[in-house]
Amino acid sequence: MTTKAGSGHPGGSLSAADIIAALYFHHMRYDPKNSKWEDRDRFVLSKGHACPSLYAALAKAGFFPEETLWTLRKLGSILDGHPDMTKTPGIDASTGNLGIGLSFGLGIALAGRLDRKKYRVYVMLGDGELNEGQVWEAAMAASHFKIDNLTAIVDNNGMQLDGFTRDIMSLEPLAEKWSAFGWHVLEIDGHNMKEILDALDAADKIKSKPPVIIAHTIKGKGVSFMENQVYYHGKPVSEESLERALTELSAENLR
Amino acid sequence: MDTEMLTRDAYGKALIELGKNNENIIVLDSDLSLSTRTAWFGREFPDRFFNFGIAEANMVSAAAGLASCGKIVFASSFAMFATGRAYNQFRTVVAYPKLNVKLVASHGGLSVGEDGPTHQCIEDLAIMRVLPHTTVVVPADAIETEVAIRACVEHMGPLYMRLGRPAVPLIYGKGYAWRETPLNFRIGESVTLMDGEDVAIMATGLMVSKALTAADMLLKDGIKASVINVHTIKPLDERVITRAARESGAVVTAEEHTILGGLGSAIAEVLIESYPVPMIKVGINDSFCESGSPEKLLIKYGLTASNIVSATKKVVKRKK
Ligand SMILES: Cc1ncc(C[n+]2csc(CCOP(=O)(O)OP(=O)(O)O)c2C)c(N)n1
Repeated sequence: MTTKAGSGHPGGSLSAADIIAALYFHHMRYDPKNSKWEDRDRFVLSKGHACPSLYAALAKAGFFPEETLWTLRKLGSILDGHPDMTKTPGIDASTGNLGIGLSFGLGIALAGRLDRKKYRVYVMLGDGELNEGQVWEAAMAASHFKIDNLTAIVDNNGMQLDGFTRDIMSLEPLAEKWSAFGWHVLEIDGHNMKEILDALDAADKIKSKPPVIIAHTIKGKGVSFMENQVYYHGKPVSEESLERALTELSAENLR
Repeated sequence: MDTEMLTRDAYGKALIELGKNNENIIVLDSDLSLSTRTAWFGREFPDRFFNFGIAEANMVSAAAGLASCGKIVFASSFAMFATGRAYNQFRTVVAYPKLNVKLVASHGGLSVGEDGPTHQCIEDLAIMRVLPHTTVVVPADAIETEVAIRACVEHMGPLYMRLGRPAVPLIYGKGYAWRETPLNFRIGESVTLMDGEDVAIMATGLMVSKALTAADMLLKDGIKASVINVHTIKPLDERVITRAARESGAVVTAEEHTILGGLGSAIAEVLIESYPVPMIKVGINDSFCESGSPEKLLIKYGLTASNIVSATKKVVKRKK
């Protein structure tokens, strides 16, 4: 999609892809025919630049035709460079400016509790995104308000835009940080489907405090020449390398 | 005007040059140094470069602290985050105490393109110019960027500079000259690029090259337009702007920005008190935009040379 668009963020889309697939095809409740269904589970992609993976999931789930994916980032498309809740069926939050999504999700969770709704909110954050102070304001508030109808998921791929998080702004000890803020912490391999699904189920059952899943992932996952490469944060694969990338990805699928 | 260059490349290069001669220059970024080109300074002078991660409010506030100890601080991010994410911090600890922080933002305006409306900062000039003590600069091309960055170092106090994402046509040539006249860049002064008595076109940033194209197109229809490059939005060159209005009797402004509060508004504020004339503002008509290629977006949202031409023809008809 990003190759066709000529721009976009493939690296962080691939690290998030397995988790997004787990959410949309095994876990969340939604109705593609009624994208504004009041009781639907909500997904906030706080690291909005990974939206190609989310758009692909929404298309597969039936929110819009798969052909629409090829209009990504083009003038007149319903698929903007970053998620737009007014334009794209199935998008619950306009994101792309990092650091905002957990607070937005917190608001949805508070509304759900007030309205006695059974829905759940899932917020996916980047690890680099955790640099933003606002994420920790939201973390503090969610545990203060005893939120338990929201699951935060950190796509912990160890990289951000300028390089490795350990070189740009170190986050460790990350699990301890979240627990110090009052969260229930689960740590998993974010590319192991069983671990993802088990963690999502476990998180749903936590009472009176918010759960966070720290998912260890690989930026550019599944394409050997993209994995852990800063270059592919914000640049698509060239037309020439595309076939190789797609072959590697489909071989992955067969395993 | 056949070559194009990135203004942010010019910024990166100028910082290295300046850093060599001035140990007091400190550069900060917030996880966009590869895009803003401050990484180049970081490679050259690792001790004087700090990457704050994705934490713009922290970066701008720390910039103020550094400046309070006599450092000349350049802090960079995309325009959306540099201004929007750290506005209160810039206002309180940079602008108000007049600290020497240069907030240089790349990726300003609609030409950010495909990243879409969440990233297209089309209001930065408005929100930054209303802050007292704050200078606002928008270079028209890479050459002017280089000169403006050098001028920044001599300039004491809070300054916001907007650069863009895509390459823009070079206006100034070898030896920093515009049609043989050497570029005399001073913060607070405009540059008159073309003379013409029928109407004055005042433009900033990437709209300057479009204004020049428009002026050439207008000449074919017998309309002689002057073109003024208003690289400093604040303080505004009131003397030259008022004189141009008086001499031509009509004004068109052009900016890659919402028509509310930017260059056009600033000029209207001056002229309404000094010498009111018929005026039309070319800019984004109070809307968020959408994803798309920069060229297509500039056409759709009315930021082309032909938009300037039609605005000019309209305003000339309104002259008394
Ligand atoms: C507030 C804000 N600052 C800067 C950016 C520019 N930006 C986009 S993605 C990115 C890096 C994100 O890193 P991370 O959250 O780890 O995402 P991932 O590595 O998973 O793609 C940056 C700095 C932004 N979108 N928002």
